[in-house]
Amino acid sequence: MTVLTVDDVVGELRDGMTVGVGGWGSRRKPMALVRAVCRAGLRDLTVVSYGGPDVGLLIAAGCVRRVVTGFVSLDSIPLEPHFRQARQDGTVELTEYDEGMLYWGLLAAANRLPFLPIRAGLGSDLMRINPTLRTVQSPYPDGSNLVAMPAVTLDAALVHLNRADRRGNARYLGPDPYFDDLFCLAARRRFVSCERLVSTADLIESGPPQGLLLNRMMVDGVVETPHGAHFTSCVPDYDRDEAFQREYATAAASPDTWGRFRAAYLYGDEEHYQKAVAAR
Amino acid sequence: MSRADVCVAACADAWRGDGAVLASTTGLIPRLGARLAQLTFEPSLLLTDGEATLTHADEPEGWLPYRAVFGVVAAGTRHVMMGASQIDRFGNQNISCVGDWHRPTRQLLGVRGAPGNTVNHTTSYWIPRHEPRVFVEHVDLVSGIGHDRGAVEIRVVVTDLAVLDFTTPDRSMRLRSVHPGVSVADVEAATGFPLTVPVSVPVSRSLTGPELALLRERLDPDGLREFR
Repeated sequence: MTVLTVDDVVGELRDGMTVGVGGWGSRRKPMALVRAVCRAGLRDLTVVSYGGPDVGLLIAAGCVRRVVTGFVSLDSIPLEPHFRQARQDGTVELTEYDEGMLYWGLLAAANRLPFLPIRAGLGSDLMRINPTLRTVQSPYPDGSNLVAMPAVTLDAALVHLNRADRRGNARYLGPDPYFDDLFCLAARRRFVSCERLVSTADLIESGPPQGLLLNRMMVDGVVETPHGAHFTSCVPDYDRDEAFQREYATAAASPDTWGRFRAAYLYGDEEHYQKAVAAR
Repeated sequence: MSRADVCVAACADAWRGDGAVLASTTGLIPRLGARLAQLTFEPSLLLTDGEATLTHADEPEGWLPYRAVFGVVAAGTRHVMMGASQIDRFGNQNISCVGDWHRPTRQLLGVRGAPGNTVNHTTSYWIPRHEPRVFVEHVDLVSGIGHDRGAVEIRVVVTDLAVLDFTTPDRSMRLRSVHPGVSVADVEAATGFPLTVPVSVPVSRSLTGPELALLRERLDPDGLREFR
């Protein structure tokens, strides 16, 4: 276990890796880590995500070969603009699953199972657009046919939580853990960024035991990134920055406006980003 | 009584008789319908705040993070009302993309939870603009499955013109009622496939006095439903 910087984390990643990103839509995304991956210019990543602006930024930076997801949304803005454009231009590949199937795939990987049976997907065009997807028959008297959702195994997982200690124990303070524990359990290398790095005693004190989502078996590196989920929500530390998200989504409309957005916020390091956001 | 009020009543009625199941919605009108149903004739219904908190009479009553929602989906104790960019006569629905999936002309939401919802539990749809490009012969991508592909139950499709259901021998779409001021011909012209039309088509019900008061005074005092 090590306390790292965002750039240390990126130094652990390689072109072509399958990288899982925690959070959900535009909620508690490890955006500081994502921005660092974009700056480093990693290539050919397969990004597994309940997609939000993490997927959009990585696509805009040219880091992504394939997206594995059930949706890519900004929540208050239904569709992620970079993802939409990339799909229509044919510049990213997509593996599209039902949201529950993606959960099941991560759960299978976390349990070192090759697949888990699930009903979701039966009868739908998911079976057509995922030609490697197979069904499995129950060996019991019901004999039912179910989708054999393959394990979604990750080379690396990036997640963001509210609090962590230096050992890699971490908790969420908001209403939903999302699937961050499963992303870590499904991955070979696991990196958690947090709003505040605290002592283990303070971590334990800061909420109920049920909020302690990650333990030391699940984490390889911890990074303190205050406001590191910006502009997604990280309640109760902060809500989504809706004004900034609108600015982001509007900027994505053309190469010109996107160039100006990038020049204003994304050409420097994380400290520069946070200063530029605060100064606007 | 406005058209939006009639639509809220029709959405609310979708959950009539459901008991203690999770009512999930996309969009304002279905959400108003579900809240109205819970506050009046269907008090056992479970609702959320749109995130991880279960609510009853708009007060918190429990916890339901996303991962638990997938458990509810698999258990079948849920009735969702989703939107549809396209829907066909057996209730197959598309919210993923328009055109060839491999290179869509318009990327939409992705399949989201539609495959799992439709194969596991009752599903209804809310369509704010009833038009031929939504009611199509064949959807471009089957996100939510219809009755010819193993759907548990597509109960109703509520639109700005009418209420449609699937109470036909082959469980294909039928006109259940037209909203006040809408003719059967209007609905047929706005639907891109042949509908089963009963000899006599009733007019969609209006909200009762107490329901209308609840909607105006408590659920939507700013009248946002009129700007859907």
